[in-house]
Amino acid sequence: MRLETGGRLIDRTRPLRFRFDDRWMTGLAGDTLASALIGQGRILMGRSFKYHRPRGPVAAGLEEPNALVTLGTGARAEPNVRATQTELFQGLRADSQNRWPSLAFDLMAANDLVSRFLPAGFYYKTFIRPRAAWKHLFEPAIRRAAGLGPAPKAADPDRYDQVYAFCDVLVAGGGVAGLAAALAAARTGARVMLFEQAPHWGGRAPVDGGTVAGGDPAGWVAAAVAELAAMPDVTLRTRATVAAVHDHGYVLVEERLTDHLGGGPGPRRRLWRIRAGRVVNACGAFERPLAFPGNDRPGVMLASALRDYVVNWAVAPGPAAVVVTNNDDAYRTALALRRAGISVPVIADARPAADGPLPQAARAAGIRVATGTGIAGTVGRGRVVAVQLCDAGGGGHVTETIPCDAVAMSGGWSPAVHLWSQPGGRLRWDEAGAMFVPDPDHPPTGAAGEPIVTCAGAAAGALRLPDCIASGARAGDPAAAAPPAEAEAEAPLLPVWVMPSGAGPRKRAKMWLDFQNDVKVSDVELAAREGYRSVEHTKRYTTLGMATDQGKLSNVNGLAVLAQALDEAIPRVGTTTFRPPFVPVTIGALAGEARGAVFQPLRRTPLHDWHAAHGAVWEPVGLWRRPYCYPRANESRADAVAREVLNTRRALGLLDASTLGKIVVKGPDAGRFLDMIYTGAMSSLPVGRCRYGLLCNEQGFLIDDGVVARLAEDTWLCHTTSGGADRIHVWMEDWLQTEWWNWRVFTLNLTEQLAQIAVVGPHARKALEALGGMDVSKAALPFMHWAEGTLAGIPARVFRISFSGELSYEVAVPADRGVELWERLVAAGGPLGVMPYGTEALHVMRAEKGFIMIGDETDGTVIPQDLGLGWAISARKPDYLGKRGQMRPALADPDRWRLVGLMTLDGSVIPEGAYAVGAGRNANGQTATEGRVTSTYFSPTLNRGIALGLIRRGPERMGEVLTFAAEGRRVQARIVSPVFHDPEGKAQDV
Amino acid sequence: MSRYSVFAIVREGLRHHTGWPRAWASPEPRARYDAIVVGAGGHGLATAYYLGRNHGITDVAVLEKGWLGGGNTGRNTTIIRSNYLQDPSAAIYEKSRALYETLSQELNYNVMFSPRGVMMLAQTEHEVRGYRRTAAANALQGVETEFIGPRRVKELCPIMNIDGPRYPVLGALWQPRGGTGRHDAVAWGYARACSQMGMHIIENCAVTGITVEGGQVRGVDTTRGPIGCDRLGLVVAGHSSQLADMAGFRLPIESLCLQALVSEPIKPCMDVVVMANTVHGYMSQSDKGEMVIGGGTDGFNNYTQRGSHHHIEETLRALVETFPMLSRLKMLRQWGGIVDMTGDRSPLISKTPVGGIFVNCGWGTGGFKAIPGSGWAMAELMAKGEPGPLAAEFSMFRFREGRFIDESVAAGVAH
Repeated sequence: MRLETGGRLIDRTRPLRFRFDDRWMTGLAGDTLASALIGQGRILMGRSFKYHRPRGPVAAGLEEPNALVTLGTGARAEPNVRATQTELFQGLRADSQNRWPSLAFDLMAANDLVSRFLPAGFYYKTFIRPRAAWKHLFEPAIRRAAGLGPAPKAADPDRYDQVYAFCDVLVAGGGVAGLAAALAAARTGARVMLFEQAPHWGGRAPVDGGTVAGGDPAGWVAAAVAELAAMPDVTLRTRATVAAVHDHGYVLVEERLTDHLGGGPGPRRRLWRIRAGRVVNACGAFERPLAFPGNDRPGVMLASALRDYVVNWAVAPGPAAVVVTNNDDAYRTALALRRAGISVPVIADARPAADGPLPQAARAAGIRVATGTGIAGTVGRGRVVAVQLCDAGGGGHVTETIPCDAVAMSGGWSPAVHLWSQPGGRLRWDEAGAMFVPDPDHPPTGAAGEPIVTCAGAAAGALRLPDCIASGARAGDPAAAAPPAEAEAEAPLLPVWVMPSGAGPRKRAKMWLDFQNDVKVSDVELAAREGYRSVEHTKRYTTLGMATDQGKLSNVNGLAVLAQALDEAIPRVGTTTFRPPFVPVTIGALAGEARGAVFQPLRRTPLHDWHAAHGAVWEPVGLWRRPYCYPRANESRADAVAREVLNTRRALGLLDASTLGKIVVKGPDAGRFLDMIYTGAMSSLPVGRCRYGLLCNEQGFLIDDGVVARLAEDTWLCHTTSGGADRIHVWMEDWLQTEWWNWRVFTLNLTEQLAQIAVVGPHARKALEALGGMDVSKAALPFMHWAEGTLAGIPARVFRISFSGELSYEVAVPADRGVELWERLVAAGGPLGVMPYGTEALHVMRAEKGFIMIGDETDGTVIPQDLGLGWAISARKPDYLGKRGQMRPALADPDRWRLVGLMTLDGSVIPEGAYAVGAGRNANGQTATEGRVTSTYFSPTLNRGIALGLIRRGPERMGEVLTFAAEGRRVQARIVSPVFHDPEGKAQDV
Repeated sequence: MSRYSVFAIVREGLRHHTGWPRAWASPEPRARYDAIVVGAGGHGLATAYYLGRNHGITDVAVLEKGWLGGGNTGRNTTIIRSNYLQDPSAAIYEKSRALYETLSQELNYNVMFSPRGVMMLAQTEHEVRGYRRTAAANALQGVETEFIGPRRVKELCPIMNIDGPRYPVLGALWQPRGGTGRHDAVAWGYARACSQMGMHIIENCAVTGITVEGGQVRGVDTTRGPIGCDRLGLVVAGHSSQLADMAGFRLPIESLCLQALVSEPIKPCMDVVVMANTVHGYMSQSDKGEMVIGGGTDGFNNYTQRGSHHHIEETLRALVETFPMLSRLKMLRQWGGIVDMTGDRSPLISKTPVGGIFVNCGWGTGGFKAIPGSGWAMAELMAKGEPGPLAAEFSMFRFREGRFIDESVAAGVAH
């Protein structure tokens, strides 16, 4: 119900329409969805996870475990949104979750009727037989019952922003402690960032009362915010939750930008990634529920939450509320309720006496205070209508039943230590407050061992207003003076973990610890009984604290119950680990803008647009896109590839080779360096010449290959594979920077600076001559030489190298001249029958020639010697990377699988990945193998299937027929030379 | 010890579950045992279990410095598969997967093995070729897998976007009898079975030294006093190097922190396990409804079991690309576990330079799936002093000889 007066956050002049499930209702601007629903008399907002019990809000903020809804519809539907944090906007639509067919009538609540047979961990003890039933019967049933909101079905249409920032002091929490900390730090000139998760500043103080600087706390809050806002080096954000503090003060903040507007232009959320010099954790504290029978009934909520609902939003479940407590703070709720015109029939206080100023004020207001009293049970279907009082120390004999619409419970407070504990800060047990507080002697530390997090205010255990604000000021600047503040004195609380303390097992099975996951006192006690005694075992066995609130309400109560069951002290039981995030963070915000086409950068060669305009079919190669082939109208890919191969072998082909890695290595020690990096000798290569080179890792395995050209006395150009360019450049730098740091060598990756075009085929020379320019005759530019000059007026470096076995020139020109050269070649080559060819034709032609391809013939387990490339290893060099690795027995084993050619007896193409079947089975019963196919293609040149493969002692077994198995069939193939086409190499050296 | 069944639950339900016994005992350590296993994670407990079950050795202590199952057993993403490329790997992982099939019945503890199927996405032509090769190898190894096309991928996992602009799904290696299990339950089930055989599982008992005389192990020093033994199994994953150091030898192991996270729970939307190696991420949905997501390892060696941000960001970008519906879900929790990586990313089940000391480690990012097979093979090694066929290839001395078992071709980064 909505109260006639009050409500510091609502605007009664601005009604807002919203829909919950299938009903439209009206709330007010400033409402949360939860307060608006309470204002409409709706307490039932959800269902629990396991027993599907009816649930109302128990909190009013981010710790809410019960009131979870699906917000929005269609592609913008978001499951598991806390109604207590959802700001109301016009047209908001929300749906309840985890119920069928409706929230009020949920058939899954049948689980509740048999809950005594479904205790913690029951599923470990049953559903064992019959074996197939788990997957097909039990598990699907459990999965359907579990989960909360429905899975989103469509792609998220919203955008998420990410920013980097840094600051000297980052303050998490904009209550009075956080504001005092930010002010104190900012006044020293520090760069300060202050984040508050709520839409408004001030935290609890404006609700709880007291005075700051002689006035209302709200007045001081407004003045503090105004002062901070006026300072140049201060960043203030509301609706921004500090989610994580990682090592070295790396902080994540999630800011909600448009949710409260119901969407809008621009990003929906922003993820701040901040390097903070230090962090002040002023996130406050969470009130603890009391574990009494029936404490989960809708209408039972935290005392502070009911106070918030009444003071902030002027709503309450009904005209009468009972308060149950073990401390003085809950009396503030009773007094606030009375001021708002809600009757408080009784305050049940578990303590034997309550005589502090707050209890006295309550009594003075005419409220009955029953000390030594607890709650034996609650009454009501779907919502609480009465509570049963009992002796707090007894077994639960009901002394009195009191009608009410709400129960405000308070079991004390737990500081929100998450941001302190995440990066490794330790806790100590505060006996007086019955709470874990940060241990200032064991803070989280940075690289130099300095503390990186300070806790302030309630998060440090300073619960009373004067202490809270003073600790905030100190955390901001140890020399700062705190604003004077006053609040009522409070008597110590009495730890109450089970109410009534002498309750029997039946009652303990109705005392909820974790509301969402349906973990009760009896479950924790069962875990202890069964030996799940570590707090982590208890958590995992019972699911205590594993709900979406991550134990913010339940953990301390749960481990206190565990400690009692184990007869241990609470601090000896310890806590579970505080893991990031503090509050769940939207995955879209973590992913940011890098999605869809910009998920990873797409690399385009200078000729990309030409290829696209001429019908290229693309193949991803690393981040590049390369033309796979250029099919013509009504031409299949296979036909296009065959045409491209044959045309190149018979006439003239053009290949965009720009993706080929091009790394310049220069310096007085460059030759020496390359002699170590490559297996061959590069220092002896004459200027003007090219040499094929192999690179191995330290283990001796082949990692890349390519042609190296010596450009000048101290300069080499190393071509790498397209996929290997960045990797090999890093590889070179790794060795230069960590191992040979004093060698005078510089490397530069020029891959993107140059367009490279392979001009291939019998007419290649004619095509270049037609362009005009440098002499490309055999005499001027023999095979495996290079020269510099101009072609068609474009400065060019021309390499006489061939990966196809044909007469071939690779022409490198400045990237911005690439298209010009390509188009000139296409024009000049017209009469010569020129056609572009793609990567597949390239692969087919290299396989026809028996040239290896890194990644096909190699897989990280292959050494050059396996591939018949021993000739590319210099025997004269004392060392190269991989040399010692290759000397190990297994790498010198004559039984190694080695490269051969394979031809099927029937001319077919062997399936990819096929293995050669050996004789019998190995010790583990697996079919023996003696080799495998590494590349397999249809060869248009030979008009049949060809393959390369690695076969045990392969080169010694020429002519043998082997059986290959893959894709459920077997193919016979003969071992042949890997060079299928032009074995003498006549075509390329003309 | 009582047997678990639905009848036992009803019986106990009627008396408020007050009669359940301890799942495993918590005894004081004796002065010596026939065999000691260090590490009460899945692998250590399985080793002890099969020492008793297969070899009749029950005078065994399993020592655990913290709480049992608290290391990588309790931190992994619970994927079970055996679609490995190399013969020795396929043999031990398939043995393990086959043991998982009946583990709940064998242990009388529901470990929730759910053979819902595992697919490894091929998002480049290179991966297509690699997985076709793996499928061919698996067929000869007796591992049931097949290479499936993108349409079948979409049928099996409708929430996947197979037409992503950057990395479209070209197919997948599909293992229909792969799946997931409940990680804690595996440790607890083995622990209970070991305890029932009279073995001692001693928690909060850190090994602080290893006594070696004349090249032969004599016992260990612990925070709960010295304990003697002639056979010592070191099964401690990320901290293996530290224990080896106590015994005076070195292991070819690096320790790295592997990142993982879960989303908030949602209703069932994904019935298979998906691994995407090109983009470095893998995901399944737990029975509770959380999307369980694994990422990569931090790029530096360390022992902190903490979640860090950078890999999570990269992993989530990749997964949002492949599963656009993830974007509006929320990350609930993230954590890290210390994984023990060898040079070839394959494990060690091995004799050591010290007589009587055996190591079982190096499972890296993929140990959970191997627990039963690893325990089986390690128990055989500890019982006989020599490896059986399952463990034979996994000697720690293989690096010296160059006999690698390199799975990087098929496994990429993720396990």
